[in-house]
Amino acid sequence: MPVEYLKETPSQTGGPYVHIGTLPAFAGLAVRTQEKPHILDGAGERIRITGVVIDGSGTPVKDALLELWQADAQGRHNAGDFLGWGRAAASSETGEWMFETVRPGAVPWRDGRPQAPHVSLLIFARGINIHLHTRIYFPEDKAALELDPVLRSIEQAGRRATLVAERGDAADMPTYRFTIRLQGDAETVFFDM
Amino acid sequence: MTGLLSGARGDIMRRDRTQHPPALTPQYKTSVLRSPRRALVSLEPGPGENAGPVFNARILAPLENDLIRNYSKDGDAQGERIIVHGKVLDENARPVPNTLIEVWQANAGGRYRHKNDSYLAPLDPNFGGQGRCMTDAEGNYFFRTIRPGPYPWRNNGSDWRPAHIHISLFGHAFVQRLVSQLYFEGDPLIPFCPIIGTLPDKGAVERLVAKLDMGNAVPFDALAYRFDIVLRGRRQTFFENKPEGM
Repeated sequence: MPVEYLKETPSQTGGPYVHIGTLPAFAGLAVRTQEKPHILDGAGERIRITGVVIDGSGTPVKDALLELWQADAQGRHNAGDFLGWGRAAASSETGEWMFETVRPGAVPWRDGRPQAPHVSLLIFARGINIHLHTRIYFPEDKAALELDPVLRSIEQAGRRATLVAERGDAADMPTYRFTIRLQGDAETVFFDM
Repeated sequence: MTGLLSGARGDIMRRDRTQHPPALTPQYKTSVLRSPRRALVSLEPGPGENAGPVFNARILAPLENDLIRNYSKDGDAQGERIIVHGKVLDENARPVPNTLIEVWQANAGGRYRHKNDSYLAPLDPNFGGQGRCMTDAEGNYFFRTIRPGPYPWRNNGSDWRPAHIHISLFGHAFVQRLVSQLYFEGDPLIPFCPIIGTLPDKGAVERLVAKLDMGNAVPFDALAYRFDIVLRGRRQTFFENKPEGM
């Protein structure tokens, strides 16, 4: 008999009303209206990340919930006052979502090799039975992207580009655009970590 | 500062995906266009994935775990008063202390307080349907609510969701994150539900069913249901980080 462990509680979809429990003000509930979990306060260079989640027919997913997790500007987790975590809802009209945060510093991989700066992202929605886990990298970090151990572990080199955001134009701060394609030819890479 | 949570202790154990629904489950129609067709890329978690956000209990208002009262306008929410409680453990049966739990649900008639829910059953003016709590040092949690009603949904024409409460947990590592649904013992809608039917393992279904707990019912006030939750465990670090071995 192999060693027995407890089994993890199974996942179920967050459903279309996921905002009631996670972003109640977005659902229309007049509670915690002061909360802005898509804006991460912390020391460092401010950046904006915008995007949309697209389904297998090319249609924006207008009920998605996104969660972001990242290191601080010095590449540390759980350091100082920086929570490192954020949450945003896709717009019910357009499917657009947005985070404002600080540019993450580089974090070493498990063997000490440097990873390119990135933020981790989870996607929850109606129709998604277990959340999807991806990463957003930044296009300026060309040399670091070439060496990034996680990107290099993606066998189909052509798929690595799905994790690199596009630099956009904005007067107030560097802005990045990240399109998540759930299904199809340019499908975003999702991880099992 | 991060050492205890991410470095000194080992990696989070691999997710056993046989216990979870696959992405593509055509009987749950929305999954057809929202499921990746490529395989997930499997990796050991890195230092960032072995760490996770730390929420302070100070974010919680006093009534956040009392859904009977936390949206009250002129009285208590209507419906079957219940307490839902249990323990959050990891796969090694260790308690998961001080972790944030979020819940959301429909009211007693199956109506959600969400701008996109247009089901004809009425809203309850005294019920919002959302709550949060944090596990204590032993991993215990509880909240008080009303038992949600079933409701119809646009999947197949005759599909009704069983009574359920959505539940969201963080654990202490980003890769322990879990969103699921709690069902109620004895609900005859459970075997008919296409969302529950996404689970390939019948034992997994059973672990989503809260059990009637008469021992913790409050006499003349509320019934109780027990729902224990298991998050991914952390394995020991044998060779990578420990200079002196085990």
